[in-house]
Amino acid sequence: MEVERVFRREHGRAVAVLVREFGDVDVAEEAVQDAFAEAVRRWPVDGTPPSPAGWIITTARRRAIDRLRREAVRGRKQAEAALVAGEAVDEGAVPDERLRLIFTCCHPALAPATRVALTLRLVGGLSTAEIAHAFLVPEATMAQRLVRAKNKIRDAGIPYRVPREADLPGRVGSVLAVLYLVFSEGYRAREGELTRVDLCAEAIRLGRVLAELMPDEPEVMGLLALMLLVHARRDAREVGGELVLLADQDPGLWDRKLMEEGRSIVRRCLRWGRPGPYQIQAAINAVHSEPPTDWRQILALYDQLSAVTPGPVVALNRAVAVAEVEGPAVALGLVDGLEIERFYLFHAVRADLLRRVGRNAEAADAYRAALDLTENEAERRFLRGRIREVTRAGG
Amino acid sequence: MKLYALNMFQPVGERPPPEVLDPIMKELFEIRRELEMAESWVFGAGFHEPSASTVVRVRGSDVVATDGPYTEGKEHLGGITIIKVQDLDEALEWAGQYARITGLPIEVRPFQSEG
Repeated sequence: MEVERVFRREHGRAVAVLVREFGDVDVAEEAVQDAFAEAVRRWPVDGTPPSPAGWIITTARRRAIDRLRREAVRGRKQAEAALVAGEAVDEGAVPDERLRLIFTCCHPALAPATRVALTLRLVGGLSTAEIAHAFLVPEATMAQRLVRAKNKIRDAGIPYRVPREADLPGRVGSVLAVLYLVFSEGYRAREGELTRVDLCAEAIRLGRVLAELMPDEPEVMGLLALMLLVHARRDAREVGGELVLLADQDPGLWDRKLMEEGRSIVRRCLRWGRPGPYQIQAAINAVHSEPPTDWRQILALYDQLSAVTPGPVVALNRAVAVAEVEGPAVALGLVDGLEIERFYLFHAVRADLLRRVGRNAEAADAYRAALDLTENEAERRFLRGRIREVTRAGG
Repeated sequence: MKLYALNMFQPVGERPPPEVLDPIMKELFEIRRELEMAESWVFGAGFHEPSASTVVRVRGSDVVATDGPYTEGKEHLGGITIIKVQDLDEALEWAGQYARITGLPIEVRPFQSEG
């Protein structure tokens, strides 16, 4: 529906402006919700207003003032202040307050899962039901999580502003982590869940907003590029319900437009010369987007990534590149030293390396260990296929 | 302005020797001065050991006092500082300084009333 689409796009901006004026997330959210209900009634009849954002904000502001007048006890002062501030907005020039809202939603004083939910709800304009469904929790649980979050913002005095320069890198990191979590959840859960909101698309949409608001932060651009490049391969990654590994994908199924956009951002990041984990991962995916893959370059990028964010998961991915450059036996030596046995990909990678050096029986065991650790149907089908393959080959 | 309590949690056990404690106390005094200059200082003090505590309860129609703390644990509240600042970010910043000086975790707890 047209109203819904426009509304979702303008939700963050409207909530942000109202939080600024009324100093209360709850008041702002409810007022914007009311404005949405009114839009659903009126837009189909009157037509979409020339500035939907301006219309929503003006309508929501009136609703908020009405509500505060009704709740006279705490409302009078705020309502009057808002009235004095002037009722008419210049509908063409709606101030962009979203950055403040994003930083508030992603404040480190909130639990990570809460930051994710709050960002999708307030900035992204997703309904509580949609978010609950996307993260496979009951709607009541999600509603409660959001209420608690809004209470904490109010009670703990989480500020509604962009952090100071000195705090900015850490706080931007928290915002990026939220978007990346949303994207990863969407990536992981794509298969067979057609009714779920496309979290990947939502994360990219929010990433674009952030990139528009902070165009000079290399890691902001890096994350956007990373998401675009990975998302561009979505149709090639699964064909007819079967998981297709990167090396076996048909580049014809890749989304050229997203890929080119991602690559051009990566080039811009390179010119900045201020690399960070997201930019390096984006660069790795940019190399993958131009087959045949230059594995030496990939390995060099993983070396760089291990230097800035050491850890077993990066080491595991690096080992995959090592296998291509120096052979599976060398890579196997690296993988066997890692302590991430609860991680499905560890067993999947190890199994693949064992298969490639001809240790098929061990490979089958490792595939089975991987199978126990994933519930994703496409991944499970893929692993079962591989188990059959190595069992037939024997050894 | 909002009021926050910065609650300092410390492990139960021996107090560190003076050569460790003295420089810390000096730094704590300095941060108090900074808070006072910023007009953010409300109150602050360290507690005696929990063994100095007494708990008072109502039992039937009597009020009974018993020796010892309300709960026994590996950590106890070692001291509190009450500050009056703009928002949580400012409170976290001061708390961070206390944490750095003492090496102890600091709970930042907002009061219900405005400062």
